[in-house]
Amino acid sequence: MPIEIEVNGKKYPVNYPPDTPLLYVLRDELHLTGTKYGCGEGQCGACTVLLGGAPRRSCQIPVSAAAGKPVTTIEGLEKDGRLHPVQQAFLEAGAFQCAYCTSGMIMSSVGLLQSKPNPTGADVVQFLQGNVCRCGTHPRIMEAVRHAAKMMQGPGR
Amino acid sequence: MNNAEEKLVIEPERYEFRAAPIHQFELARRDFFKILGAGIAVFAVAKDALSAQETAPGHRSFHNEELPKEISAWLHIGEDGTVTGFTGKAEIGQNIRTALAQTIADELRVPFESVRMVTADTALTPFDAGTFGSRTTPTITPQLRRVAAAARDILVQAAAKEWSIAPEGLIAADAKVTDPASGRSLKYAELVRGKMLAQDLPAEDPITPAAQWRIAGKPIPKVDGRSFVTGHHQFTTDIQLPGMLYGKVLRPPSFGATLASCDDTAAKAISGVVVVRDGDFVGVAAPSAHEAQSALDAVRAQWKEVSQISSKEIFSYLKQNAVAKTEDRFRKQKGSVEEGLANAVHRLDATYTVAYIAHAPLEPRAAVAQWADGKLTVWTGTQRPFANRDELADVFHLPESSVRVIVPDTGSAYGGKHTSDAAIEAARLARAAGRPVKVVWTREEEFTWAYFRPAGVIEIKSAISGDGALTAWEFHNYHSGSSGIETPYVVANQRTEYHAVPLVLRSGSYRGLAATANHFARETHMDALARAAKMDPLEFRMKNLSNSRMRAVLEAAAKSFGWPRKKTQEGQGFGVACGDEKGSYVATFAEVAVDKVTGAVRVVRLVEAFECGAIVNPDGLRNQVVGAMIQGLGGALFEAIEFENGRIKNPHFASYRVPRFRDVPEIEAILLDRKDIPSAGAGETPIMAVAPAIGSAIFDATGVRLHDLPLVPNGLRSK
Repeated sequence: MPIEIEVNGKKYPVNYPPDTPLLYVLRDELHLTGTKYGCGEGQCGACTVLLGGAPRRSCQIPVSAAAGKPVTTIEGLEKDGRLHPVQQAFLEAGAFQCAYCTSGMIMSSVGLLQSKPNPTGADVVQFLQGNVCRCGTHPRIMEAVRHAAKMMQGPGR
Repeated sequence: MNNAEEKLVIEPERYEFRAAPIHQFELARRDFFKILGAGIAVFAVAKDALSAQETAPGHRSFHNEELPKEISAWLHIGEDGTVTGFTGKAEIGQNIRTALAQTIADELRVPFESVRMVTADTALTPFDAGTFGSRTTPTITPQLRRVAAAARDILVQAAAKEWSIAPEGLIAADAKVTDPASGRSLKYAELVRGKMLAQDLPAEDPITPAAQWRIAGKPIPKVDGRSFVTGHHQFTTDIQLPGMLYGKVLRPPSFGATLASCDDTAAKAISGVVVVRDGDFVGVAAPSAHEAQSALDAVRAQWKEVSQISSKEIFSYLKQNAVAKTEDRFRKQKGSVEEGLANAVHRLDATYTVAYIAHAPLEPRAAVAQWADGKLTVWTGTQRPFANRDELADVFHLPESSVRVIVPDTGSAYGGKHTSDAAIEAARLARAAGRPVKVVWTREEEFTWAYFRPAGVIEIKSAISGDGALTAWEFHNYHSGSSGIETPYVVANQRTEYHAVPLVLRSGSYRGLAATANHFARETHMDALARAAKMDPLEFRMKNLSNSRMRAVLEAAAKSFGWPRKKTQEGQGFGVACGDEKGSYVATFAEVAVDKVTGAVRVVRLVEAFECGAIVNPDGLRNQVVGAMIQGLGGALFEAIEFENGRIKNPHFASYRVPRFRDVPEIEAILLDRKDIPSAGAGETPIMAVAPAIGSAIFDATGVRLHDLPLVPNGLRSK
């Protein structure tokens, strides 16, 4: 019986072997390529998704371990054409250059703001330490996370 | 720049540039309208100096080559008013898609939103030698401006004809031509309707000076930013074609190893797997990445290895193996160094080294290859699509017209994506499989089988007079390269020489080339000379500098940094460095904090002033400058490739340290906008002065002079 996983609110049967890292199932089997391969070793954060609401490196999670827990990928953040505040903040801050790390940075930041809605600068550094940006856009990413935190606490939410 | 003598000089450290024949663009103009529909198209023919586009380097040599006389830029205005600009340059994160669209919109007088760019597609865009050397802004920007100015002229003529009046006095603005006398106007979209007009660039059309730019010069955000924050943009690694297989290549255990024997029976037995053996190439393709990996694991191969140089002996090896005779163009001399040394008050000689480092682009090398009717199409993240096309044509014995290379906007490169390795691998497997194949290098492959910034040894002899004026300067670079080798300081007696050494590791271009190594050595040495003269390091530089642009960046950065600064705590230190390269100027100031107990070095603050002429997009420029500072910090402090007997010992992010959030200091970038100076590129120069500024700040804090990059891979105590 195939494993079933729930991604962005939709259930999918998985035909890949149960020990396949979630990353490859998302990208190659479900064609959700917003989650990136950067190292396959849990060292760069490009493949970060939310698993049961917590940010995890999808290259390090066997797909069998993702069964029964909702998975959110970058594609699942936008609602009815409206960007998630973290996406909006990254866009407004211009917090990317080549933007290959962006999906992972955004997913990690969403995870951070869920557990810590009002993080200090040190919290952001600590939390994003595992995400590599080779273009050196770190200061704008920090700015985007702070901006997102404000937006998410603002009126109407 | 932009003078009639402009030639593309290929620096010796671009080792990865082997052969790159000269080409003609092949798209027939009729085909052009087939693709884009009716409208008008204007082509820049690179006959004149201003639009001189660089060509490929000469065959298998590094000699300067005359530029080709061929079409090098064009744009099209469609019946719906959409403007499409074409360039062979690739978007690799440096934001040219936005900056070039701004340039066209500005010159054509259309809204920014109506311009789109088609980039780096060998079937659609003009020939281009590659996206390297900070060339896009100084070469492509003026070309597209001239093309846009010509298109604007054609539209004005068309309106004049429509109204049967003289074109003089008509105004082109807001995507329409207006007759101020009568108040009537015609939109560009109306003027091009039903026309299929292709025109070469007329002789001389004045382009808008920077002081009058309205769209260029503005901080317009990245055009397709939304597709990146939503994950919708398709990088090469994201492309999936119907029936596509996943390819993997068997790598030797060490560099230069040859295949002694290979048993692929077990791999071939796996259902759905294609195995290719072709000389020393062994690769597999399978319906999924895990099946491909299983198949690769099932291949039993024996390799014949060769013994090789290791990182701990590399510098003595480089010094001892320099080729005996230097080419004349790598040897410059003025005055008499011997006299300058003899008549000096202070004499200082030192040797510096730089390690091999890796680009480590976050998107690894990747390609998707598809064969159809004997023709090959490859999507790949490369900085040199046309060179990749030619290499593929060579390897597969095809005419160039049968190969198309398309570069999706790419997950960074930094000079590391010039070769076509992944493209060739994917194409070889796809040909055998009869289906499209995607090859994505693993991080370990990326750290091992790509090429590195070359290591090098630099020796300096120098002397100053009693009042701190340089009297002699002798500078030798072994292997790392000749970029930025010449001192910007005024010295009557000087000698500089680049000494070639046969390759040890596969090496090649890296952001800024050897300018980073040469600036590290020179500026560190200048700091030491300033100390010997008992002068402030900034004052010492100013005394020996005449160039007003260099002085201006130093002054601007010094002001923001608050130089000279008094130390307020133990372990604090300040440093400065500067330089110029590729038409732009940089000055960097650093503050460090050294923990005297643990030896840990923390960069607290970096202030950098950068000037590259008229700024095209200050937002994109700021990203590039800050990004270069942070990337430079990695090479300055801790990045180094370790190798032993043909094996890379740290081919992972866990063992090859790159700058992360905790390493990032307080950063300030000051952008000097010189509207009176043509725009230069900005992708490289901002990286050059970071390492020496940090090294000198460490000296200021501790009295320890560091001569090797990286400066403190394991903190200061290991030194």
